[in-house]
Amino acid sequence: MADDLFNSFMNGPDEQGRFGIFGGRFVSETLMPLILSLEEEYNKAKDDPSFWAEMDSLWKHYVGRPSPLYHAERLSAHLGGAKVYMKRDELNHTGAHKVNNVLGQILLARRMGKTRIIAETGAGQHGVATATVCAKFGLKCVVYMGAHDVKRQAPNVFRMRLLGAEVIPVTSGRGTLKDAMNDALRDWVTNVRDTFYCIGTAAGPHPYPALVRDFQSIIGKEVRWQLAEQEGEGRLPDTVIAAIGGGSNAIGLFHPFLDDSSVKIIGVEAGGKGVDDRMQHCASLTGGRPGVLHGNRTYLLQDEDGQIQEGFSISAGLDYPGIGPEHSWLHETGRAEYVSITDKEALEAFQLCCAMEGIIPALEPSHALAHVMKIAPELPNDHIIVMNMCGRGDKDVFTVARHLGFDMSDTEEGRNLED
Amino acid sequence: MTRIDATFAELKAAGKKAFVSYVMAGDPDYETSLELVKGLPAAGVDIIELGLPFTDPMADGPTIQLAGQRALDAGMTLAKTLELATEFRKEDDTTPIVLMGYYNPIYNRGVENFLSDAKAAGIDGLIVVDLPPEEDEELCIPAQKAGLNFIRLATPTTDDKRLPTVLQNTSGFVYYVSVTGITGAAEAQAGDVGPEVARIKSATDLPVIVGFGINTPEKAQNIASISDGAVVGSAIVSQVASGKPLPEVLEFVRALADGAHSA
Repeated sequence: MADDLFNSFMNGPDEQGRFGIFGGRFVSETLMPLILSLEEEYNKAKDDPSFWAEMDSLWKHYVGRPSPLYHAERLSAHLGGAKVYMKRDELNHTGAHKVNNVLGQILLARRMGKTRIIAETGAGQHGVATATVCAKFGLKCVVYMGAHDVKRQAPNVFRMRLLGAEVIPVTSGRGTLKDAMNDALRDWVTNVRDTFYCIGTAAGPHPYPALVRDFQSIIGKEVRWQLAEQEGEGRLPDTVIAAIGGGSNAIGLFHPFLDDSSVKIIGVEAGGKGVDDRMQHCASLTGGRPGVLHGNRTYLLQDEDGQIQEGFSISAGLDYPGIGPEHSWLHETGRAEYVSITDKEALEAFQLCCAMEGIIPALEPSHALAHVMKIAPELPNDHIIVMNMCGRGDKDVFTVARHLGFDMSDTEEGRNLED
Repeated sequence: MTRIDATFAELKAAGKKAFVSYVMAGDPDYETSLELVKGLPAAGVDIIELGLPFTDPMADGPTIQLAGQRALDAGMTLAKTLELATEFRKEDDTTPIVLMGYYNPIYNRGVENFLSDAKAAGIDGLIVVDLPPEEDEELCIPAQKAGLNFIRLATPTTDDKRLPTVLQNTSGFVYYVSVTGITGAAEAQAGDVGPEVARIKSATDLPVIVGFGINTPEKAQNIASISDGAVVGSAIVSQVASGKPLPEVLEFVRALADGAHSA
């Protein structure tokens, strides 16, 4: 990679909403005027100190930010190499990083006078965060969720309903995140005048990838000063690692470090049952190629004819055949490295984290942790890895129990979860 | 002058409105859909919109989603869709074919390759739902250079400020989407649509055709009477989905065409 690319990685996207060839605004004409007005509104908000003052206040008092940066001592000692820190975004209100972005989008929706919020959700964390913030602001909330995910993430479905959201199970396709996003877009086209689409990941048409990234970048910005506080002024992480479905928690951690050439950046995709031609994975960068879906050009899992393929992952939150466009660009420029972790490896990391650190991680960050487990033993003791613990595992305990052969079928929730 | 331009010139000379029908290529299978497409001109169809199947048709309702799924399940591809057009062209060299779909299968084929294949197959125009004017460099401009019409959708959210942008690189005709919504869903009311069509016509010389929510001969007539013609898609695709024999489907198409032509 050319040195002169540094100092420019944080500049994207361009005026067309592109990161290199990726991104853009591939939407139907009905949505185009709204997307342009969202961009205008966001540009105004971005430069408005009162917008950020409101965000900061909500982040502090409602979400509980800053989230801790935690030195995982036992885990580090067990792995016997690098010093591993966890960015504890699972401690946020609603249990994941998703709320960082939702707050920003809901404030924009309010500025735009929209009264109805729609969202898509995979694992349910973005749906829960959206339902939560809508409840706080008294907005109507409709969440699209794949029927398959409704089944495997039942606790989150109930949470959303408690919070007053309408959850619509999506049966088209294989009933996962991709299909939920299709139906959310169909709803938006139909109700464009009063509805704001709160997208949960750093993907979709411009300006979504940029604004979601900007709202999630609070993660990396905090890591910067928190690490300096604990390790000394100016100390940067040597490696930052995060799991990637669409890639919003990852871009939030990565973005503030893009121009620091000493920081190695690693994104971890869901390898499912293995990244090979059986296509039982969700590793868009490792196993896909560029295409156009859901409003942006990015790496996609697709067949020879350009038809989109279904992903496969134990983690509903990573089960998406695309990835945010900025990641595609970071992949092609070589600024970030993208690897994949299988379901089996993620389950092992999940258990190790519980046993070693007393933290039950979500299956999504378990993928990132599994890669930490792979590389940390080979690295020197003064090498600092920061991994993003982007969500907690309460929602996943039934799935994990099933995979580990633990019988929970005599519990009420267990009975509802058989699939 | 494309077949589309020639067709509108003829209709204008005869004082008639256009009837445009949409069918999904390969639904329920290649042979059946080829026979259906071949039967459309005799049933009164002036312009054929040929749906290019895609796994994730974000602007389509359940009827067309399922049609695309049936076609894909039966092995339909972009290459076979163009093959179907080629077959049709062996018997009919005048009825325009507009290929309608989403960008990814085209991007995946490569724009230059696609355009030369489409041209060779006798395709006259393209409607690509997820390519707004902001992305004109992708396909719209190369398509016009290759001699294909690029037909743009105008919608109820296309305000006066934006209309010139939408019309700028449009050719063939303008497709006015009469409702904010997906295909096959809401009903278009001629009373609401009339002023919108007039607004667009005052900004362009191109014919303005109206679609979305038209499912009976009466509605086709009402809509055609306040525009340059009507498009029917989901209602025809539903007939195919119900497994009706082709002659019955074509009879339904004939009734719709008569409706539009009587306007």
